[in-house]
Amino acid sequence: MTVRTESLAPAPVPARSPAASFVRDVATVFTREITPSVRDPLGMLLTMGQPLLLLFFFGPLLGGVGAGGGDGSWQWFVPGVLVMLTLFGPMMAGYNLLVELLGGAMERMLVSPMNRTAMLIGRALKEFAVLLVQAVLIVLLAVPMGFELYPLGLLAGLLLLAVFGVGLGSLSFLLAMKSAPSGELFYGVTQLAVFPLMLLSGVLLPMDFGPQWLQTVATVNPVTHIADAMRALFTGSFTDPSIAWGALSAAAVAAVGLTLGTRAMRKGVGV
Amino acid sequence: MIHARKLSRTFTRKRGKERVDAVRGLDLDVEAGTLLAFLGPNGAGKSTTLRMLTTLLPPTSGTATVAGCDIARDPDGVRRRIGYVGQKNSASDHHRVRDELVAQGRAYGMTRARAGERADALLDRLDLQELANRTPTTLSGGQRRRVDIALGLVHAPELLFLDEPSTGLDPHSRAEVWNFILRLREESGMTLFLTTHYLEEADSMAERVVIVDRGRTIADGTADELKSELAGDRIDLGLRDAADAERARGVAARFSSEAAAAPDPSPAPAEPADTTVRIPVPNADTALPELLAAMEGAGIKVATARGVRPTLDDVFLALTGRSLTEEEPTE
Repeated sequence: MTVRTESLAPAPVPARSPAASFVRDVATVFTREITPSVRDPLGMLLTMGQPLLLLFFFGPLLGGVGAGGGDGSWQWFVPGVLVMLTLFGPMMAGYNLLVELLGGAMERMLVSPMNRTAMLIGRALKEFAVLLVQAVLIVLLAVPMGFELYPLGLLAGLLLLAVFGVGLGSLSFLLAMKSAPSGELFYGVTQLAVFPLMLLSGVLLPMDFGPQWLQTVATVNPVTHIADAMRALFTGSFTDPSIAWGALSAAAVAAVGLTLGTRAMRKGVGV
Repeated sequence: MIHARKLSRTFTRKRGKERVDAVRGLDLDVEAGTLLAFLGPNGAGKSTTLRMLTTLLPPTSGTATVAGCDIARDPDGVRRRIGYVGQKNSASDHHRVRDELVAQGRAYGMTRARAGERADALLDRLDLQELANRTPTTLSGGQRRRVDIALGLVHAPELLFLDEPSTGLDPHSRAEVWNFILRLREESGMTLFLTTHYLEEADSMAERVVIVDRGRTIADGTADELKSELAGDRIDLGLRDAADAERARGVAARFSSEAAAAPDPSPAPAEPADTTVRIPVPNADTALPELLAAMEGAGIKVATARGVRPTLDDVFLALTGRSLTEEEPTE
C-alpha cells in the first residue's frame, strides 16, 4: 500500500476576484492548448511552410501586375499574406474544439468554473501565437528582399490581427458548437466562407482593377478594411483613415464572435 | 446535497416543430455522503438530468440547488464544488496525461506548483504514475477511465457525478474502477451520484437507487426496499409430477402474496414446466420453511425448493411492464 499524505477529502475551491481570474483562465486555456505544440514542434514547423511558399512562389509574380509598383510590392504583399494566414488559422481553430466537443474534454472544462469568454480567447490566442511565429519568419525573410520594416507599425498591425483573430476564432468555435455532432456544417461553412472573404478583400491581388460591383462588395467585407489598415501601418503611417476602419472592423468581429460564442456555451453545448 | 424541484428540459428539433420532453418535472433530494445510482433505460432522461445538475445545460423550467448553490443563479458556485466524470474521455488525445491534470488544477484556481503536486498525488492514487507522460491514444480503456476519474477529482469536490463510469470496460477494469470508487467514498465521505445500466452494479454498490423513466422518477429507495415493495420475493417449488404440482398450488395459495398463486401469475417467463410451482411471497426466507412444513403436512413430496429474490429489472418490469435490459445501449 502506498502511504500518501495527499487527501481525497473534499476541500472547497475558494471564489476568486473576477478580473484576476479572467486573465488566469485565458492563460490556463492558452497554456493547455499550446503545450502539445511545444512538446512536439513538428506540426508547428510544418505550418511555417505555407507562408514561405506564398512568399517565394507568389510574391515575385506581384511585381508583374503592378501591385504597389516595383519595390513597394513587398510593402503591399507582406501584410496581405499575414491577413490571409489569420483567415486560415483561426478560422480552422474550431476544428480542434469540435474534436474536443465530440470527445469529453470540452465538457470537462465546461464543468469547471473557468470563464466561458476566457475559454474562447485562450483558444484563439493559441492560433494567434502560431501566426506570430509565422509573421516573424515572413518579415525576417522579406527584409533582405526589399521589405522596409517599420517596427511600430508592425506591432500595431499584429495587435490588430490579434483582435481580428480572436473574433474570427470565436466565430469558428461557435460554428463548431452549432455543427456538433456531425461537423458537416462546420466544414461546409468554413469552406464556403474562407474563399469569398479572402478573394473579396484584396489580400492577394489589388481590388483596384476589378469592376465596380466587385469593389462595392469588397467594401462590406471587414477583411478588406483590416487588410487596408495593415498596409497603411506597414508603411509606417498611423494617420491613414483606413486604420480607424480596420480597427473598427476587427473590434466588431471580436465583439460579435465573443458575444455569440459565450452565449452558445451558456445555452449548453454537447452532443 | 442535491435538491431538485420540478426540473424539466424540453428540446426542440427540426426548427421547433418537434418537441422532446427529455425530463418532465423531476423531484430529487440527495443527502450528503450518499452513493446514489440513477437508473433508467436509454432516453429516460438520465444524462439530461445529470447535465442540468452539473450546469452544462440550463433547465427549461424548475429549480435545483446542488452543493448549496442554485444551478441557475450561481452556476459558478456549483462548478467550484462538484466534480464530473462524463461518459466520454475527459482527456484530449494529443495532451499528455499529467499536462491535462495540471491544466485542470489551474482551471480550479490552483497555482502551477499546487496543481503539479495534486496531479502527482492523483497519478499515484490511481496507479497512473508510469503513464504520466503518455497521451491518451496510447492507453487502454481502463487506463483512460482512471485518467477521467483523476481529472474529476483534481479539486477534491464534495460531490462527484459519474456518467456510466464502468460502461465499455472489461470485467477486470470495471472491478478496478468500482474498487476505487468505493475506497474513495469510504475515505472521503464524498457524495457520489452515478448513472449506470449495469443493474447488478447499482444493486450491490449503491445505497440508494433512483429509477427514472420517460423523464420522471418512478421509484426511489434502497435496492432492497424497491425489490420487496415493488417486485417481491418468490418461491419456486419443483414437484415430481403434474398431479403433485396441482395439489401444491392449492396449498401454496394460502402463502401467496397475490390473489391466485396458481397458475403462475407473473407474465414474464414462459410458463415453466408444469411440475414447477411459482409462489409470490412477501419474504422468501421466512416463507420457505413454513411452506415446506405445509407441503409435508399435506403429504406432498417436494423435490426442489428455491427462494428467489427479485432483481432491479423485476422492479422496473413491475413498474412499467417493460424490461430495462431489453434496451441495451446501442453505442
